[in-house]
Amino acid sequence: MIRQRTTGEKLWATAVWVVVGFFVLNILAVIATVVVDSFATRWLGTWLPAGYTTRWYYEAWDEFQLRDVLIVTFEIVGIVVLLSGLLGVPAAYAMARREFPGKRIVMLLFLLPLLVPPITFGIPLATVLYRTGLAGTMWGVILANLVPTLPFVILVMIPFIEQIDPRMESAARVFGAGTGRLFRHILVPLLAPGILAALLLVLVRTIATFELTFFTAGPTSQTLVVALYYAVFASGVRAGQSVDAMAVIYMITTLIWLLIALRFINPTQIVTRARREAAH
Amino acid sequence: MTLATTHSVGVTEKPPLRLRLQQKGFDGVTLLVLPAVIFVLALFVYPFLYGLVLSFQPKEGGWLANYSKFFSDRFLYGTIMTTFRLAVPVTIFNIALSVPVAMRMRLMRRQKVLTTILVLPITLGTVLVAQGLLSYLGPQGWLNRTLLAAHLISHPIALLHNYWGVFLSLVITGFPFTFLLMLSYVTGIDGSLENAAATLGASAAQRFRAIFVPLLIPGLAITFCLSFVQAVSVFPSAVLLGAPAGPTRVISIAAYEAAFEQYDYSLASAIAMIMALVQLAIVAIVLAARGLFYRGPAGSGKG
Repeated sequence: MIRQRTTGEKLWATAVWVVVGFFVLNILAVIATVVVDSFATRWLGTWLPAGYTTRWYYEAWDEFQLRDVLIVTFEIVGIVVLLSGLLGVPAAYAMARREFPGKRIVMLLFLLPLLVPPITFGIPLATVLYRTGLAGTMWGVILANLVPTLPFVILVMIPFIEQIDPRMESAARVFGAGTGRLFRHILVPLLAPGILAALLLVLVRTIATFELTFFTAGPTSQTLVVALYYAVFASGVRAGQSVDAMAVIYMITTLIWLLIALRFINPTQIVTRARREAAH
Repeated sequence: MTLATTHSVGVTEKPPLRLRLQQKGFDGVTLLVLPAVIFVLALFVYPFLYGLVLSFQPKEGGWLANYSKFFSDRFLYGTIMTTFRLAVPVTIFNIALSVPVAMRMRLMRRQKVLTTILVLPITLGTVLVAQGLLSYLGPQGWLNRTLLAAHLISHPIALLHNYWGVFLSLVITGFPFTFLLMLSYVTGIDGSLENAAATLGASAAQRFRAIFVPLLIPGLAITFCLSFVQAVSVFPSAVLLGAPAGPTRVISIAAYEAAFEQYDYSLASAIAMIMALVQLAIVAIVLAARGLFYRGPAGSGKG
């Protein structure tokens, strides 16, 4: 291990840490602003609010119909997670275990929805969904959200599956297990941590996905983040504190799942899995 | 072999289709990939092609009317420049910031706490960051108050509803992404290469220039592409924190207005295609430039 020795190198190291500290401090301050304001009675031109109250939460709950929005959000997220797992894990298994002509093209097909930003393919996708009458319904939102999450599950699962010894599958096959039983008795139990991690990340992503839901949602199929956008966009109509209360509720729903997810997966994997595939 | 002969009457020694396919790698297991492929084809490839065709069928005028409209209306073609003026500086800034931090972080044992804090803004999403910044950067926000209290400024600086609000929100949501990518590239370089250089008496600056920079170029290129594409697609923060009618009218706002305010899906598709083309062009340029530099293993010679 190399340690810095000269004064210049030490100064440089300190400067780097100061920059990181400054960045982290600002992020925490931004989050703290939202949280403090959501509890404030009145906060104008002072360091801290005049007093604290929880009434904004009750108000936000009623005004923004958060109960309905939360139910819709969890319905959409639940179905997206389930479908991307059901479609994604078998596809990842085939991609990990078989060499077939056109595999590179299929891989590219799975990479593109992750590399092209949602706003670019979201508008043509929304157009197609409006023509078929699916946009504005819950299924339209679910289908749109599946476009990036399904490839994401496949790309995360491929390395997990490659780590499993293929001889175990061969042994099961020798004893007459079909692909269905192979999945039930060998693969799913062995892959459980990987599947859990992938699906938790899909869950967090789907809660936070804005553009795709925004383009395809109707009044009854808004998720929390879209409802939050409309609330911020029309701020001034309602008290800023109640918008912030809603933001806190959104933050908590996301953070709980993120913290659970982080117990199962290394944060760098969130971005590097896709990158490693992209580099080849 | 009896099966083979009954199936291929007249054809000499040709195994049945199923076996031939199996040899090429198509069997029951390979078919498991089909549902996912069909899904992506139906909901990603088809809409894209549909959008491409639709963009050539404008509401009025010839087949190129949408594109000529885009490139003759300053309010529309100007959005490309606006997007670049935001996305390029943000991307360069984020990379310039994350390389030194990643270099430092690679020496650390416990990276998880800091990486977790840095993943936060990615997870929270642009809408929440925008809402937080609206109060934090405001004239009465903590940032301006701190700067005023420290006598660094005499009156609050305007950071909202202009270029800087969007710039800062892109840094907050973009830096963690750029940093995590760079960290994985930096840690992928074999430490023994640096140790060898240090043994031969190279200073930290020399080691960075002669060892890390050449090995990092491919990673830098990919990181630049991915971060740039993310920055180009800025939408919620450009509306909420910027001035969506003026200085931060980025291309995604133009596409959104065409689709959901004027209900001109044809024009919206054309703008989306132009946006995709712009992203593709930058990625192609950067990857072509990367080809000019050293390409090789980042591990030590003895593999």
